[in-house]
Amino acid sequence: MTIEFDVPKPIVQFRTVLQTVAEEMMRSRSRYFDENEHEIPWDYIEFMHTAMRAYGSGSLAPREQKPNGGNGNGSKPRPPIAYQLMANQIETLAWGDVGMYLNTPGGGLGAAAVQAAATPEQKAKFLERFGGEKPTFACMSMTEPGAGSDTSSIRTRAVLDEQTREWVINGEKIFVTAGDKSLTEYEKLGRGFVVVWASIDPSAGKAGMRAFVAESGTPGLRVVKLEHKMGIRVSDTAALSFQDVRVPFDHLLGSPTVERTTDGFKGAMATFDATRPLVAASGLGVARAALEFLKEKLAESGVQIRYGLPRQKLTNIEREVIDMDVMLRSAWLMVMKAVWMADNRKPNALESSMCKVKAGDVTTKITQKAVEILGPLGYSREFLAEKWFRDAKITDIYEGTGQINRLVVARQILGYSGRDLR
Amino acid sequence: MYSFEPSDEQRMLVDAARRFAVNDLRPAARESDETASLSRSLVDKGWELGILQASIPEAYGGFGDRSAVTGVLATEELAYGDLSTAFAIGAPALFALPLLLAGTEQQKQQYLPKVVGGEWRPYTSALVEYHFDFDPHALRTAAVCEGERYALIGEKAFVPFASEAPAFLIYADLDGQTQGFFVPANTPGLQVAPEREVLMGLRPLPMYRLKLDAVSVSAEDRLGGPAGHDLGPVLASMQVAQAAAAVGVARAAFEYARDYAKEREAFGVKIAQKQAVAFMLAEMCTEIEAIRLLAWEAAWKLDTGNADAFTGAYLAATGATDMAMMVTDRAVQILGGHGYIREHSVEMWMRHGRGFSAFNGFAIV
Repeated sequence: MTIEFDVPKPIVQFRTVLQTVAEEMMRSRSRYFDENEHEIPWDYIEFMHTAMRAYGSGSLAPREQKPNGGNGNGSKPRPPIAYQLMANQIETLAWGDVGMYLNTPGGGLGAAAVQAAATPEQKAKFLERFGGEKPTFACMSMTEPGAGSDTSSIRTRAVLDEQTREWVINGEKIFVTAGDKSLTEYEKLGRGFVVVWASIDPSAGKAGMRAFVAESGTPGLRVVKLEHKMGIRVSDTAALSFQDVRVPFDHLLGSPTVERTTDGFKGAMATFDATRPLVAASGLGVARAALEFLKEKLAESGVQIRYGLPRQKLTNIEREVIDMDVMLRSAWLMVMKAVWMADNRKPNALESSMCKVKAGDVTTKITQKAVEILGPLGYSREFLAEKWFRDAKITDIYEGTGQINRLVVARQILGYSGRDLR
Repeated sequence: MYSFEPSDEQRMLVDAARRFAVNDLRPAARESDETASLSRSLVDKGWELGILQASIPEAYGGFGDRSAVTGVLATEELAYGDLSTAFAIGAPALFALPLLLAGTEQQKQQYLPKVVGGEWRPYTSALVEYHFDFDPHALRTAAVCEGERYALIGEKAFVPFASEAPAFLIYADLDGQTQGFFVPANTPGLQVAPEREVLMGLRPLPMYRLKLDAVSVSAEDRLGGPAGHDLGPVLASMQVAQAAAAVGVARAAFEYARDYAKEREAFGVKIAQKQAVAFMLAEMCTEIEAIRLLAWEAAWKLDTGNADAFTGAYLAATGATDMAMMVTDRAVQILGGHGYIREHSVEMWMRHGRGFSAFNGFAIV
C-alpha cells in the first residue's frame, strides 16, 4: 500500500465524456426544468440509457468485479475502482444539474438496496431489467409521514398470507425519489419497482424491519402525490400508498425469519454506508459548479484571488474564496477515501458518514456564500447560482440529515450504541 | 490510483514515532511547558528516529530519499506527543531540507554530512519577522549587493536555538525575491538577542530575535549559489509540515476531550451521551480528517512534482490554521472549567492551536 492521489485513467476519461454531457444536455436545460416542475427530461433519460447500454451496463452502479481482477496472464491485477468511478461520474453529472442526475435511469437507490441485501437469484431477477431496451427506474421508500430519520418507528406492515405464500403490504410512504418514474406506467420506460421497508413484527422493533420489492403495476400500489420542492425540481419526489399490496414470498430481500436481531435493519444501514459517499459526491458537484461560477464572475470583474498571501494581506472576498477551496477539496478527498475503502472492502461506516457530514456542510455553505458574494447576480434567476443554492440544501437532508450523520459519527468514535447515545 | 494507506516502511516509522510520542513526549509535555525547559535527552531520542536522516541521500551522510508524505505522517505523530519538542527535533531540517531542495552540490557537501552525520545539532533557520502582516514573499530584511558579496540588513524573530546554532539559513529580500543565505555563527554583524522570546505557547522551545547589522556573505553562501533559488518548493514544504503538525495537536486535543467526555457524568449520564457534546466531537473528528487528507494530498503533489503543489500546500496550511483553532477550542469547552485550569493539557493545546496562524517556517518536511 501507499498514499497517492493519482486519478486513475478510466476515471479521467469518464469525467471528460460526462463533462460534455453535463454541459450540453444538463446545463442548457437546467433553467427550463426548474421552471417547469414535474416535466420529465426525456432527452436526458434516453441519451443516458443509450450511452450506458453502449458501455455494456444499464446503470452507473458498479459492475461485479472479480476478486483479484487479474487476467490470468500473470499481469498485475488492477485495483478495484468501481465506487471511485461512480463517485466521479455522479460528481460530474451533478455539476451539470443534480436534479437531472437523479433522473439517470438504472435503478438508483432501489437497485443499490437490492445490490446490498439480495440473494444472487433476487439480483438476477430484479437487476437484469436495467440493461433492457427501455430506460428503467427503481426507487427506495423508507420515510413515512410520521417517521423520517427515526426509521425504526415505521408503521408500514407486511403480513404473510400462509395460503398464497404472498406478503401483504399496507402503509403510506413519502419522499420517494423517482417514485413516479419507477411506478407509473410510461410508454417510454421499462417496468420499474420500489424497495419498500416494512415491519413483519412490530413488537420486535428494528429486528422486525424488512425490505420488499414491489413491482410497478402491482394492484393496490399507487403514486398519490408528487411534491413541489425548493430545489431539485426536475427530480420527482413521490408519495406512495400501499393498500393490500401482494408480492410473492421471494420478494423479501434477505431472511424472512425474525430472529430478534437487527440484521434486517443493518441491511438498510449497510446500504447507506455504500450510498452516503455517493450522495456526498453529488452535493460536491453542485458546490463546484457554484464556486467555479463565482470565480468566473469575479475574474470578469478583474478580481484576482492571490493564493499564497498571508491572510492579513487578503481581501475578504479572497479569504472567502480560499476558504471555499479548502472546504471543497478536503470534502472531496473524504469522499474519495470512503469510496476507496468500499472498493477495497474495508468497513467504512465512519468514513462514509463523516464525508456526508462534511459534504452536507460545505455544499450548503459554498452555495450560500456564492449567492451572497455575487450580490444581485447571485439572487437573480438570470443565472444558475440561486438555483444551485436551492438544489444544494437537499444534500444536508436526504440520505440522513447532517444531524443523523453526526449521531452515526459520534457513536462510532465513542464506541456507543444507539441506546448509549440517542 | 488513489490509495490511502501508508507503505510498510512508512508504517514502521509512524509506529515508532507514535510510540515515542505516547511513551516519552506526552508524559513530559506538561512539566516542560510549565518550566519552559526542553528535555535535551528527549530531543536526542527523537533525533534517533532518523526522520531527517532518512530524507538525506547516503552521499551526504543520510540514508534515504526525501518523501514529503513520509515527513507529514511522522510530523503528525511527533506533534501529537508534544509540539515544542517536535519542533526542536525538527529544527535542523529547517537548515538541511531547503539545502537539499535548492542547494548547490558544493553547499550540500559542505553542510549536509555535518547536520545529519551524527548527533542532533541545532542548525537552524531565520524566516519570521516581527510584523503583524509578516509575509515570506515580502521580507523587510534585505540582502544588499556589494560587489561579489551581499550585506544582510534587518531583524529576524522566532529563531529556534539561535544562541547555540553552529550555522543559520537566513532569509532576506534580494530585489523583490526572498532568498536564503548560509551564515555561520559568530559572523561579524550577526547579533543574537540575549533574552529568549516569550510566547503564549511553545514555551520550552528556545527562540531568539536576530539583528543583522550588515552581515557580509559571499555569493557562494546564497542558497543555490550565485544563481539563487526558487522559494516555492521550500515554502510549500514548510506549509505541509505546518498542516501536519496542526493535525497532530488537534488529534491530541480531540482524543483527550473524547475520553474525558466518556468519563465525566452530569445529570446521571456521561456527558458524551449528550448530543450537544457528542456532535462537537463528531465535528472535531471530521475536520481533523479533512485537513489530514488535504495535507497528504499536498505532500504527494510535492513528491510527484505536481503543478498545483504550491496551491495545495497553501490551502492545507490555511485550512489547518482554522481546524486547529476550532478543535483545540472545543476540547477546552468540553472540559469546561477543568479545561481552563492547567491541570489538564487541553489549555496548552489551545494555546498551541492558536499559534498555527503564526507558525510559518517552524517545521519542514
